Amino acid sequence: MRNLFSRTLQTTIIFLVVGGIIALALGGYFSSASNVFTGSLITLQSWFSTRFVALQDFLTAPRDVASLRQRNAELEADVSELQAQVIQLQQQVGETDILAALVDFSRARSENKYKGAAVIGRDPSPFLHYVIINAGSNDGVLRGMPVVTDQGLVGRVDAVIADAARVQLITDPASKVNIRLQNAETEASLIGSVTGDVTLDLIPQDIFIEAGDLVLTSGLGGGYPPDLIIGQVVNVRSRDFDLFQQATVQPVVDFNRLQIVLVIINFKPVDISPLVPGP
Amino acid sequence: MRNLVAAPVILLAVMLQSAIISRVTLLSGIGDLPLVMLAAWALQDEVETSWHWAVASGLLVGFVSGIHWVVPALSYLTIVVLAQLFQRRVWQAPLLAMFSVVFLGTIGMSLFSLVVLRFVGIPLSVNDVLGLVTLPSILLNMLLAIPAYAVMRDLARWVYPSPEVE
Repeated sequence: MRNLFSRTLQTTIIFLVVGGIIALALGGYFSSASNVFTGSLITLQSWFSTRFVALQDFLTAPRDVASLRQRNAELEADVSELQAQVIQLQQQVGETDILAALVDFSRARSENKYKGAAVIGRDPSPFLHYVIINAGSNDGVLRGMPVVTDQGLVGRVDAVIADAARVQLITDPASKVNIRLQNAETEASLIGSVTGDVTLDLIPQDIFIEAGDLVLTSGLGGGYPPDLIIGQVVNVRSRDFDLFQQATVQPVVDFNRLQIVLVIINFKPVDISPLVPGP
Repeated sequence: MRNLVAAPVILLAVMLQSAIISRVTLLSGIGDLPLVMLAAWALQDEVETSWHWAVASGLLVGFVSGIHWVVPALSYLTIVVLAQLFQRRVWQAPLLAMFSVVFLGTIGMSLFSLVVLRFVGIPLSVNDVLGLVTLPSILLNMLLAIPAYAVMRDLARWVYPSPEVE
């Protein structure tokens, strides 16, 4: 009986002491002591934690580098493939834009029949300005037919084989196109050069021309149909002692970037050379 | 039979010239791949003859180009003559011979083209031709000369394998 009483008393005292300590701790009476204690614990745990993480990094890092390298290689391969696709799609978009412009052009000039062709080569000689297209006599292309783009006149067919043709550009030094100036209402000759510049010659001195005047084919001579746009006058050279004025023309067609052209296949050029008096 | 290798090589050279090299311009000059390859081929020690290469290249370029076929044909034959002359005299420095043949060949072909074009009535300024066409073309041909020489040397060794020494 006495033992039972003493145990109960012990338990009660323990509960009271523990409860009192907890009450005192919750009341903030042990804050300085608990701070020191928990601080030491946190410091110790941090030390263990950092050492463990360092050890873990050391043990697992080589495996991660290898997997990262593999993943990097895969991603680089994906990027290369996507870049190739982007280039291919950009090229297709560019070709589609060109074709759409050419279709618009042919619709706007429905009196002509056109044959589209891609430019597949250029003249090997630096003295001449010719391009080679992938349409020939099998496609109805004949010598002398005019070649245009949606922007304006390119040149005319110089030689034809079954599936290809050689086109003389208007920038060729042997090219001569009869033109008219839209604003000045006069006619002249457009000649090319070895550098690719085109100039107007045989402009009468009494005609006033200025930069910006539009240059169109006149149709005279039967080599080209009339009213095809060639370019704009850039500057004029007029000297009193010359018989004619000269002018430099900026063509509307960028001959360095020719990709697709149209051959006017229902135009029959007229050869007037027998009518030209000899020297 | 060994000479038949000329056909695909010349065809490839003219195709590359028309499709790619002619689009790469410096001022108004362009490189001449058939000329450079012909010079490189004619300078190889193993090569027995290169006349048919010159004729075939000239005719093919003359067919593709708007210029009269006589110009490339005679120019390329001149290249072969020059190459054989230099091969005997500058045999210890093949690259020097290559550069010399390409240099003189380009100038000769330009002048020949100028004469023929003026003869047929195309007015060309000599100053324009020399400054804007010939000199840039020489530079571009010089750039083509080194890789062309290496390629044609390998081709010559493949076509004409040296006999094994026992």
